Amino acid sequence: MPHSARVYFFGTCLIDLIFPQAGLAAMRLLRREGLEVIFPQGQTCCGQPAYNSGYDAAARAVARQQLATFPEDYPILVPSASCAGMMKVQYPKLFAGTADEERALHLAARVHELTDYLARVLDWRRPDLGPPLKVVLHHSCSARREMGVSGAAADLLARLANLEVVEPDHTHECCGFGGTFAVKQPEISAAMAADKAAAILATGARVLVGQDCGCLLNLGGTLAYGLTAKGLTASPRTPDPQAPVVKHIAELLWERTHAP
Amino acid sequence: MPPEFSVRVGQALDNERLRRNIRRTMDGLVAKRRQAFPDTHELTVLRRRGKLIRGQALANLPDLLLELEANCERNGIQVHWAETAAEGNALVLDLLRRQGARRVIKGKSMVSEEMGLNHYLEAQGIQAVETDLGEFILQLAGERPSHIIAPAIHKDRGEIAALFAAHFPEYPHTEDIEGLTAIARRIMREHFGQAVAGLSGVNFAIAESGTLCLVENEGNGRLCTTAPDIHIAVCGIEKVIARLDQLPPLLTLLTRSATGQPITTYVNLISGPRREGERDGPREVHLVLLDNGRSRIHRDQQLRATLRCIRCGACMNHCPVYSRLGGHAYGTVYPGPIGSVLEPQLQGLDRQGELAEASSLCGACGEVCPVRIPLPGLLRRLRAEGVGDGPDAGVPGQGSRRKVLHRLIWSLWRQAHAHPPLYWLMTRLATRLRRLLPIGLGPWARTRTPPVIAPRSLHELARAEGFAHE
Ligand code: SF4
Repeated sequence: MPHSARVYFFGTCLIDLIFPQAGLAAMRLLRREGLEVIFPQGQTCCGQPAYNSGYDAAARAVARQQLATFPEDYPILVPSASCAGMMKVQYPKLFAGTADEERALHLAARVHELTDYLARVLDWRRPDLGPPLKVVLHHSCSARREMGVSGAAADLLARLANLEVVEPDHTHECCGFGGTFAVKQPEISAAMAADKAAAILATGARVLVGQDCGCLLNLGGTLAYGLTAKGLTASPRTPDPQAPVVKHIAELLWERTHAP
Repeated sequence: MPPEFSVRVGQALDNERLRRNIRRTMDGLVAKRRQAFPDTHELTVLRRRGKLIRGQALANLPDLLLELEANCERNGIQVHWAETAAEGNALVLDLLRRQGARRVIKGKSMVSEEMGLNHYLEAQGIQAVETDLGEFILQLAGERPSHIIAPAIHKDRGEIAALFAAHFPEYPHTEDIEGLTAIARRIMREHFGQAVAGLSGVNFAIAESGTLCLVENEGNGRLCTTAPDIHIAVCGIEKVIARLDQLPPLLTLLTRSATGQPITTYVNLISGPRREGERDGPREVHLVLLDNGRSRIHRDQQLRATLRCIRCGACMNHCPVYSRLGGHAYGTVYPGPIGSVLEPQLQGLDRQGELAEASSLCGACGEVCPVRIPLPGLLRRLRAEGVGDGPDAGVPGQGSRRKVLHRLIWSLWRQAHAHPPLYWLMTRLATRLRRLLPIGLGPWARTRTPPVIAPRSLHELARAEGFAHE
């Protein structure tokens, strides 16, 4: 499939501050495929936290800043299905009937979730240089439902010969992050996270990989803390020494295909 | 006053038996639905049709209701309109009194739950006897349904056996499902034999023919609607559909989404009272059409989608929140995602607005809804109405969830993220002072190791690695 030589990269606010290595790995992956990757410094956040809390005016103000930051006709690659979904699916609704509607549609049409772009547009394939490894793949709800791209992450991992990829029990179920949900309904969120973490532990995989840092923040934090009693599979509040290391898929792909 | 939502949540999450029961049954229903729709293309087509049929009916709601009324009356079904639950209750009471009924046998009806009918009738000296097995069990336990199609799903066999042993000591103790059902059947049969009045809900009311459709698996619904002298059907005004030929697609969507059944054991099509020369059937059939806030919901183009619901329960079966709490924690008649969308609109955001927050917006509900109600979008819309940022549809209690502190936080957030220089300053400070920030506080860190802010932001790393910025 022909693809544009220049692409924008929207790093997301979570990656910017907490997981910058994941963003950097994604940009390196793209650059190595011959793309000119542009990271506009004016980018901040897609606006989803306010939007999902019902603060539409604040969400619009922040989203408008992104509309101004990605003006050219290049694809916008987003290493998070959740933020990509906000920009692709929700921006047109958020700006419907406003003066910015056209700009929002123009931006939405160019947004691609990273793994989808790698797998389907770039047809990314690289030899696996890493040792045999069992990884557990967590699909974010946005990837699975809103964006419909969850197959791409699995496809990319399947292209690495030395990986054994498994999915946890109840793989379709949400990990309980949900942005502000985790703070507003902490008990329900914790119960969901505990069940998901238990299912992940049960796979025995050494690495947990996903395409959304929100889920990874939630699951990594829960695994590191140890499962709480509210998880149905109760266990003491001590971290399991077997708990997997948490990685964004871009980091894993880069690490395993990059000869230092 | 009932305990706060957060208290009920805590109680539900701590109740391991409840959680096991709910989870097991929900997993079962999810698996059955999956098996019932092996062909995803067929499902896509069906859901599109279901949405269209229900959407069209709502677009023509006033006309269809008048058509329904005219055709029902022609069939001999007497139609009554109730604007509020109180009016509906009074209507039912009046009909029962005229009949001299001291008791009414009931098929399953969520609308009657919404009206609080049983309670109201008891206070007026009329006994309401639930004949659906699940509802019968709950009546013994003095509880409300925890699920709209499987009301006693939160109870396991052991609990039901204990309940029967306490209420019917004359029968031998059994934990066997068949045995328990046999006891219930014996008791109900007496009621069926004596009852002068029966009450039921309605799944679909067909305007062109004046027919009431009622699906069920136990046959009790058929008995309630045919054995007594008078049958009263209570029905939300949104349940109307235009034509009889629209019924089969809706029925198949309903039963397969709900329990995975291709069709229910009984499909009752009620088209009037006993006719001249007929030997059975009720002498009178009454249809009580309840508004109770529905026409207000109907006025808003987006919120109207709420009324497409055919009450299959699939959204709750697939909901990660419902499947951990069960229905009682919601504290409302309708639980789960559809309850979190409907109840704040019926009762007001000031009273039930928190339910709109009880979702991670994972989208599982919207994905399975047979009439494609965009439940996550509606939850989000209600959040916006709650904080006074929505387009305003007169949802009661609108703006009541606005809090000064929250507004302040979001306005600071907005300033920081709408102005890049401010954002750079903020992220620079955060990365440099990362070890000093009180990030480990708050509810997040009660069950999770707090995140660590990176020493350099991606903005800085991208620049350092020579990525272009425009
Ligand atoms: S909202 Fe949809 S899934 Fe939920 S009960 Fe209604 S029809 Fe079924």
